[in-house]
Amino acid sequence: MPDTPLDRIRNFSIIAHIDHGKSTLADRLIQHTGAVTAREMKDQLLDNMELERERGITIKAQTVRLHYQAKDGLTYTLNLMDTPGHVDFAYEVSRSLAACEGSLLVVDASQGVEAQTLANVYQAIDANHEIVPVLNKIDLPAAEPDRVKQQIEDVIGLDASDAVMISAKTGLNIEGVLEAIVTRLPPPKGEPDAPLKALLVDSWYDAYLGVVVLVRVKDGHLRKGQKIRMMSNGSVHSIEQVGIFTPKMAAVESLGPGEMGYVTAAIKTVADTNVGDTLTEDRNPAAEALPGFKPSIPVVWCGLYPVDADDFEKLRESVGKLRLNDSSFHYEAETSAALGLGYRCGFLGLLHLEIVQERLSREFDLDLIATAPSVVYKLKKTNGEWIDLHNPADMPDPSVIEEIQEPWIKATIMVPDDYLGPVLTLCNERRGRQVELTYVGNRAMAVYRLPLNEVVFDFYDRLKSISRGYASFDYAQDGYEAGDLVKISILVNAEPVDALAFMAHRSQADRRGRQICERLKELIPRQLFKIPIQAAIGGRVIARETISALSKDVTAKCYGGDITRKRKLLEKQKEGKKRMRQFGKVEIPQSAFIAALKMDA
Amino acid sequence: MEPLALYLHWPFCKVKCPYCDFNSHVRERIDEPRFAAALRRELAAEAARDGRRPLRSIFFGGGTPSLMAPGTAAALIADAKRLFDAPDDLEITLEANPTSVEAAKLREFRAAGVNRLSLGIQALDGEALRFLGRQHSAAEAVAALEAGRATFPRLSFDLIYARPNQSEAAWRAELRQALALAADHLSLYQLTIEPGTRFATEYARGAFALPGEEAAARLYWATVEEAGRFGLRPYEVSNYAKPGAESRHNLTYWRYGDYLGIGPGAHQRLTLGEGLWAARRHRAPEEWLARVEREGHGRVEEEALAPEDRARELLLMGLRLAEGVDPARLLARSGLSLAEAVDPAMLAACLDEDYLEWTEDGRLRATDEGRMRLDAMLPVLLR
Repeated sequence: MPDTPLDRIRNFSIIAHIDHGKSTLADRLIQHTGAVTAREMKDQLLDNMELERERGITIKAQTVRLHYQAKDGLTYTLNLMDTPGHVDFAYEVSRSLAACEGSLLVVDASQGVEAQTLANVYQAIDANHEIVPVLNKIDLPAAEPDRVKQQIEDVIGLDASDAVMISAKTGLNIEGVLEAIVTRLPPPKGEPDAPLKALLVDSWYDAYLGVVVLVRVKDGHLRKGQKIRMMSNGSVHSIEQVGIFTPKMAAVESLGPGEMGYVTAAIKTVADTNVGDTLTEDRNPAAEALPGFKPSIPVVWCGLYPVDADDFEKLRESVGKLRLNDSSFHYEAETSAALGLGYRCGFLGLLHLEIVQERLSREFDLDLIATAPSVVYKLKKTNGEWIDLHNPADMPDPSVIEEIQEPWIKATIMVPDDYLGPVLTLCNERRGRQVELTYVGNRAMAVYRLPLNEVVFDFYDRLKSISRGYASFDYAQDGYEAGDLVKISILVNAEPVDALAFMAHRSQADRRGRQICERLKELIPRQLFKIPIQAAIGGRVIARETISALSKDVTAKCYGGDITRKRKLLEKQKEGKKRMRQFGKVEIPQSAFIAALKMDA
Repeated sequence: MEPLALYLHWPFCKVKCPYCDFNSHVRERIDEPRFAAALRRELAAEAARDGRRPLRSIFFGGGTPSLMAPGTAAALIADAKRLFDAPDDLEITLEANPTSVEAAKLREFRAAGVNRLSLGIQALDGEALRFLGRQHSAAEAVAALEAGRATFPRLSFDLIYARPNQSEAAWRAELRQALALAADHLSLYQLTIEPGTRFATEYARGAFALPGEEAAARLYWATVEEAGRFGLRPYEVSNYAKPGAESRHNLTYWRYGDYLGIGPGAHQRLTLGEGLWAARRHRAPEEWLARVEREGHGRVEEEALAPEDRARELLLMGLRLAEGVDPARLLARSGLSLAEAVDPAMLAACLDEDYLEWTEDGRLRATDEGRMRLDAMLPVLLR
């Protein structure tokens, strides 16, 4: 099979806010070009994971090759790279964008530009993409295409006068999108005869094929049987299969410059494939690698524990399997006095955390409990040594700490101006510093610098509730800063509960401490002894509640015929205590801690 | 050999009370001679096992044993005295309902040998009696109490408190009225919703509410206080007596002595050879009857209790008593020392909290505060 000529190839991705119609548009493009039959058609074709379909989000990058006969009479090969839209996966977005020359910017014609759209479109601009604005849902009565076009120009600075007006849902003007891709996006560049250079865009584990590597060929060719070399580590693999996605996997003879597809090469684990790496031919290597990506670093950590201690082995297997497919997910074993055996896990962000948790519970049928998410603090010890702190429970004694630095983010919040007041109050409460406040029509765009640890603690939920769901939010990491941070320990019956320890700014310490003590008081059932609940910074108690002893609990009637039943009940109660955690003379059901942590999330 | 408490179960009632989860059944027609013969046959069969025993007490329970023909009771009492070594002051209790029909038979039961009457009064308030599904009026209750006192040397009766919307003042007034009618013993039970009863269904549906834990605790203290004014001490969680007037039969259960249970669904703890054996009988009256007629007894399950089981049972019963538990008795009866039977750290914590205390003669007893939290204490205390 000869290479497709470069000028007949268009590689593009779609940028959109959640719910603005990215997946629906992708479905229509696939349908319109006949890549799948009507019988095979289902919604969100590219979102393979159950979770992706259900939540209407894309987690992993996907690609599909389309054939389109344009109005100029020529047939073009269009490679669609579907990218995740959420900030947590910004890293995946950046590598997907690097594999394309252009993007469609899909904006809901009634909703307008949202915070998430902005972050991704700036990434596309950074990647030198040609961008075609597409206004979706123009059939809706609430659509205001002119206002939204103006907004695109004002907020993003893109000329939107030639925006393609469509309805992905009804299929209106899909042809217009395809024509725009052919006529307005540039073809890829590349040298067929130069040494092989292919960008490793993504990789995942397939139970039948082993590790599948998604690639974009820049120069040269990829062929079956070829020995390829990973330029980052020099490892050499023999290609077993080369193929494309139609969207089903289909083997092809070779992939040439400008083309996208996959290779399999008996690679054992995903960890052996560094996303952003360059593949070259072992015999005839390229002189230098393509510009790579910085590796993904977890920014949010939390403990994951099985609700049933007997499930630990299953959790161990499951996190291992998950990691095969998600190299940005990190984990290490951890033991908690309150929750038993589990894992300390690192994530790219809160959505990533939530998704991993859901995948574990769904795909591996695990009932899990997560401790409060914590960010990574940088600690400078008095001996000059710097350490990273992933778990507040591991915090060294404050006397040996000279400085604590916490990660900050730059957050962009877009909100109708009716709700701006409460949003600004929320940002200020969370130690935010305003960078910028601008208006576009009746929508305000607030840019704030915020400490990430203020955001991982119920910020999304608060933002959603105070704006009745109208605010959109996105963020980018923005360095570390020293802060007046303290570790707050929660003590039950004078013993610390490791799983509930957290870091907070000193100004928030009393409020947060009081809050969790009050919650625990509601959650822990009264029992034989009174139970003091305390929040403390070091040895200093900052909040205190007492769960009083229950006042009466005794069987009224107990005679000769009741003894056996009473004893058996007693034995059952003792069995139930295995699910309790001992704090001196009191035993707290694990379910109380679980409920406390759930309320936190 | 351990003296024996003999329990005889008459499983029939005229109607089933909505709070009751006892093994009681309502039948249109009862073949009383056959049931009486079966009770006697089962009693004889059990008595023949493992040697002749001293007898401490007889208790006719139910169901409603006062619905029996007094002749049936007389025959069973005579059998028991023949089969066991009975003292002259053998305590023989009969449970009875205060309806006029049953009250009329009281003299005949006395003549049959019954010397202690336990009346199911439950309330002295007409509305409460209707709520509890009782067949008698407050006036009938008072009349039955007076007749009972006149007929029997010893008399006890039951009341149920912590009923829906019952105020502490109303309960104190009702209890004072009851105490004025009382002899030397009362059983005062907090209303409990038992699974499988009509009350359980209604309560789950929200048909009525019960006093909360705090209110129930206040009612309990009020009960102890009012009974105390009449010289009745709480010698067990729900039982109040003048000194010496305690139910000897029920004390056997709480002291974890041997007891023989005859009749449908009856339980027993019997020393046989070296072991202590737990047994129960078939609950359904007709099936029990068929088994006795076929095999001589209606036992469906019998097992030797392990030392831990015996220790748990002895402690869960013994700590209900104001007199507490003698560690020497625990060791003799279960084979386990106190240190083996309870968690020493929790024992220390309960002593420290004044839920438990040591008596001067070395017994471990639950304080008033501890006794009213016993169900919470046992699972943490016992091993």
